[in-house]
Parts: sequence; structure tokens; C-alpha cells
Amino acid sequence: MLAMTYRGPKRIRVENKPMPEILHPRDAIVRVIRTCICGSDLHLYHGNVPDTRVGSTFGHEFVGVVEELGTDVNNLKIGDTVLVPFNIACGQCTFCKQGLYGNCHEANTQSASVGGIYGYSHTAGGYNGGQAEYVRVPYADFGPTVIPEGMDPDDAVMLTDVVPTGYQAAEMGGIQKGDTVVVFGAGPIGIMAARCAWLFGAGRVIIIDNVEYRLEFAKNYAKCEAYNFDSLEDPVLFIKHTTDSLGADVCIDAVGAEASGDLMQTITGRKLLLQAGSATALHWAINSAKKGGIVSVVGIYGPTVNMIPVGNFVNKGLTMRGNQAAVKRHLPKLFEHVKNGIIDPKGLITHRLPLEEVADGYRIFSDKLDNCIKTVLYPSAK
Amino acid sequence: MENLDQNKSHIKGWGIDADPKNDPAYPMKTRTEHDHEGYTWNRPQQQPVTIEILKSIERPNVSAVYGNSVEPSGLSGKIRRFAFQYGEAKFRHWLPLILADRVNEVEGIIEDIQAKNYPNLFAESGFKSAWKYNKVNIIKNIALGLFVTYVGMKILSRKNN
Repeated sequence: MLAMTYRGPKRIRVENKPMPEILHPRDAIVRVIRTCICGSDLHLYHGNVPDTRVGSTFGHEFVGVVEELGTDVNNLKIGDTVLVPFNIACGQCTFCKQGLYGNCHEANTQSASVGGIYGYSHTAGGYNGGQAEYVRVPYADFGPTVIPEGMDPDDAVMLTDVVPTGYQAAEMGGIQKGDTVVVFGAGPIGIMAARCAWLFGAGRVIIIDNVEYRLEFAKNYAKCEAYNFDSLEDPVLFIKHTTDSLGADVCIDAVGAEASGDLMQTITGRKLLLQAGSATALHWAINSAKKGGIVSVVGIYGPTVNMIPVGNFVNKGLTMRGNQAAVKRHLPKLFEHVKNGIIDPKGLITHRLPLEEVADGYRIFSDKLDNCIKTVLYPSAK
Repeated sequence: MENLDQNKSHIKGWGIDADPKNDPAYPMKTRTEHDHEGYTWNRPQQQPVTIEILKSIERPNVSAVYGNSVEPSGLSGKIRRFAFQYGEAKFRHWLPLILADRVNEVEGIIEDIQAKNYPNLFAESGFKSAWKYNKVNIIKNIALGLFVTYVGMKILSRKNN
């Protein structure tokens, strides 16, 4: 089968790899029909995630058709078209029972902190991902969900990560009616977080980035205010001034480790790797939040350390929440929102490419070329 | 400045998921009566361990399922095995893993050459699309690179003279 294969930072190709096999009674083999390149895939692509081994296949956002089932999978049948949440969850451990499906403790041997994620390095379990014609899906009796009748697979694939992560970013912000919400980062997740902030009753939603076409897209898609931090001398000061000097009720970091905007963070976090990525967005989020406010973090950082203003965090009495989205928990509500036209997931898709052009897809997304917001790959296996 | 606070009628679904109890962000975790029972859940059946799996020493066991994408091998594998002797709070765990990744890239190139599967660096880096959409910057970067090389060579040749 054809699969995207990592060869080193900014070097990927499509190779013929062996077909995945059932290795556990709760496994399924899924033929992939749509798979996305995620912003967090870029951390792998740039070689920033420890234990990313040459020969791995990335891809944690995919939908497909069930081709083979393990003996213990009774709720799916061959031929079902399923949406597969990006996190691998057993449904039995203490964390899954609490609804923390992004924190399953039975899916990743390599780390006690990180859950199992498809195609996201050995730090996230060493699973091959969905940027391939076929993929092994563990715990297939729990994670995958049959796509509701009539739902466009382009919408469904966005529900594997982007939409639930954006939604949870807003949810973790504990947004109350009338709150001012600032989202740092106008990538797909940030745009979706801004869109979802309204669903929780935000009074004002502001998005901050420095890529003009993305800000324009965010303004139209999420109906929010959008500002380019390159044109602001001090983005934190700007937020203070635009919120009566008190700051935002909720700040969302939807950028993570590859943020730009602060030279010191960029040099120490992205160039010298002295910290686990550049924490510019989180730094700004903490400093922009109102006293007693909430900082919600869905941006991805490495596992070591980052420079953030802990003193301000304490002195302002902030609450900080972060997690990988518990996709499965959000799906029933999000299916309804899509069905009712409240959110338009596929509206984020700007590029559609065959799997064979995956290297170009990554380059376009990574370099923000051709006004790219979100790329979907189409494997051709029938 | 645009302020959307006054009228939300143009925003489909405004406030439909508003929840006063979600403060601060309560529903992230759903409490159960088993929260404090520790590592006692009914574990899923164990996937047979047929390959080398590096286990975090912060865990008591191999997770019930695991990925089988790439086994540790070669020099990078040795470095990874060293890293996994240390806990996840230690730089001695993570920095060797980053080093192993860089070593692994070189191993990958050697493996390609040995298999006579010479890597096409242009195709692998997506150069075609970069050229299509970013031609001007690429030309600028090449020109800058050539200029820096030229200046460097001039300086070196002067020193030699």
C-alpha cells in the first residue's frame, strides 16, 4: 500500500509499505478515504518532536471504510464508513472512564504523560498514521464512530481533530455570556476556537496572528475581530487598551511551539532548542488575561521546559487549562451542530491533493503558500 | 474599532452551548466513583509483545496496545535505549532522543543509498509547490546564498594571499 513516509526534517515521500495487520482482537483495518495535514504534524515535519523515527507514517486526522475487524469488535461491520478520533482510547482505564479520552493510559508505552495518537512519533505511542491507503485502528470497538448518514466525508474528517480541539479550547475557557475571548493563532484550530467561542456566548472574540490572509479568512469564517501583531507594537498592551485596561476574560493559545513574534522566544525555542518550542503565544495569553481569568491551551509544546511568566500567572490568579481534545465526548453535540448548519467544518478546507502529492501538501501548509488554511489528502485505494 | 458586542444575530448558534456551570471549565473531567482506586481498572487484553518496545520507566507495564511502526535499531536505537533509562522529567531522557532522531536521519540516507533508492531531495521537500507559489523568495534566497558564498570566498582568498 502507499503511505507517507518520514525521512528527516522537511523530507517526506510516498512509499510502498506492507499492509497493516490485525494485532489485537479489538483492532480494525481501515481504508482511508480522507486524511488531513494538521498544524501539529508540522512539528513532526520540522523534526521538533523527540523520538520521531525515520520510516514513520504521520496522520492523525482521517476517515475511512472498515476493511477488516478483530474478533472482539462487534459494533462495526465491514464496509462501514467511520470517523476515527485522533486519540487512541481504550474506554476502560480510569481516565477514559472520566471522559478524558485524550489521556488514555492503555495506548502509549513510551510515555506516562502523553496518550496514544496515530502517526505522532513514538512519544505518542509509535503508531503508523492515516496518511496512507490503509491504517490499523486499535480499540476499534470504542474509538471510531460511524459517520452519520448524509454527512459529507469532508465535514467528517474535520471532526477527527480540528473541530473538537477548537471547541474544547473554547469550552476549557469556561466562557460565560458577554466574555471577551482572545485567540492567539489564526490557523485552523484557532479559527475554529474563535468560531466556537460564540457558541458559548462570548461577547467579543478577537484573533491575533501575523499572516494577513489567515486573519482575513478568520474574520469572515468566525465573524471575529482580527489583528496582525506585526502592526501592533505590543500585542498585550493592545489587548489591555481594547478591553478597558483590564484584559480579556479568556485567552486561548492555539499556536504552540512554533510561534513567532518574540525574538528571544524564537531564538531560544525554535533556533537553539533551549526550550520546548517558542512560547510566545502562551506568554502573551497569560499577560493579556484579566485578573482571575482563564488561559486555555491547545497549542502543542515539547516535553521539556518553556519560558512563561509564572509570576504573573500567580499574581493575577489565573486558571490555566489544557488538554488534547476528548474527541469522542464532543462528537454527539458536534454532529448536531454540523447537521443544523451551526458550524461548517469543510469551509476550512482550502487544498485537496492526492496522497501521492503529500510532500507538496506539507510544503504548502508549512510555508503558508497559496493562502493555505487546511489541506486534505485523498488516497486512491479502492 | 469594530465591536461585535451589541448584536449577535448575525452569528449562527450564538450562546447555544452557554453553560453557567462551565466555570472554570468544569466539564473537562467527569468524576466517577472509581477516581481514587489507582491502577486497578479491568485492563484490556494485552497485545502480544513481538517487537522491541521502549517503555517509560514511569509506567509499570506495557500498554495494552502499542504501535509497531519502527523498531529501534542501529546507533540511534542504542541512544534511544539509553534515553529510556531515565524518567520523563529528565533532560537525560529527552535530549538523547532528539540526538537519536538526528542520527536516524543519517542512517536513513545510508539505508537509501545501500538499497540504491537514492533520495530525491527536491521531491521530498515539496520543492515543486514551493517553486510554483514562492518563486520570487526562492530566487532571492539563492541569490543571497550565492552572494554570501562569493563574499566568503573572496575573504578567504585574500587571507591566503
